[in-house]
Amino acid sequence: MVSIFFYLFAFILIFSSVFVITAKNPVHSVFFLILSFFNATGLFVLMGAEFLAMLLLIVYVGAVAVLFLFVIMMLNIDFKSLRTGIMKNARLGLIIGVVLLAEIIFSIMGMHYGKDKILGTNLSVVSNEIENTRLLGNVLYTDYIYLFQTAGLILLVAMVGAIVLTHRKRDNVRKQDATKQVLRNKSETLNINDIEIGKGA
Amino acid sequence: MESLYIEYLPIAIFIAFAFGLAILFALSSWLIGKQLPDSEKLSPYECGFEPFEDARIQFDVRFYLVAILFIIFDLEVAFLFPWAVSLSNIGILGFISMMIFLFLLTIGFVYEWKKGALEWD
Repeated sequence: MVSIFFYLFAFILIFSSVFVITAKNPVHSVFFLILSFFNATGLFVLMGAEFLAMLLLIVYVGAVAVLFLFVIMMLNIDFKSLRTGIMKNARLGLIIGVVLLAEIIFSIMGMHYGKDKILGTNLSVVSNEIENTRLLGNVLYTDYIYLFQTAGLILLVAMVGAIVLTHRKRDNVRKQDATKQVLRNKSETLNINDIEIGKGA
Repeated sequence: MESLYIEYLPIAIFIAFAFGLAILFALSSWLIGKQLPDSEKLSPYECGFEPFEDARIQFDVRFYLVAILFIIFDLEVAFLFPWAVSLSNIGILGFISMMIFLFLLTIGFVYEWKKGALEWD
């Protein structure tokens, strides 16, 4: 029964990943990417890695995919003309593809032949007795403290970088300052002039 | 492991029903309804008039800034969940570790507040 779900998720995952690359419309690509995220979530649940599964949903589907859609909509370019240069970039794409494939092969080999050598310790994030979230929490903040703090630093750099790159002061906006409005007194704002009768005009 | 799958079974059934119903509705409206397509019915329209331009226009970059700041704090919160679950096991080191992490992100938060990145104008 479980293997049926595995094959279902894996099948949809592979095919939606193929469609991400081949879809003509980039918005459709993002939707297929979201579908593949959902199926990867299913695979994580089948492995028992519940926390990673929910993280994939919250972070990737909830935030990263939305950001991808933003980027695609903000790029006001003609996608048809973009496709013409495919042979020019094919060499670079091929190199990156080979590197990624090699990484996958090495990590699978490491999983089967040299688990202890690559990961350092024989820690498993999936167990029958303790739930996945607790297992991660037990090691992430103490044994992997440097990696954890590095993650914090990376987030800080990303935050500062995003602000530096995209935030700019706009000069031509008038803003309402509530404090200033409340704090001004009658003498600054109100003039009472004594006008003679018939001279008002 | 088996009990985990049992816990997820209702979600699987729910998703199967959702898919089934969606397909059923789309298919039945296609089969039962009379299909007489013509070029006017099939053309896209924008409240009765022809669309002026492509739907893909340039957005203000500030939307992007808001989204990216959301992702960063989303990740920060995601790190808090396992910490909260296993706080009783990881002792004072785990506690301090998280406090340093939160302090780093608070620096970023103060920076963006002072820089005015949270304000829309």
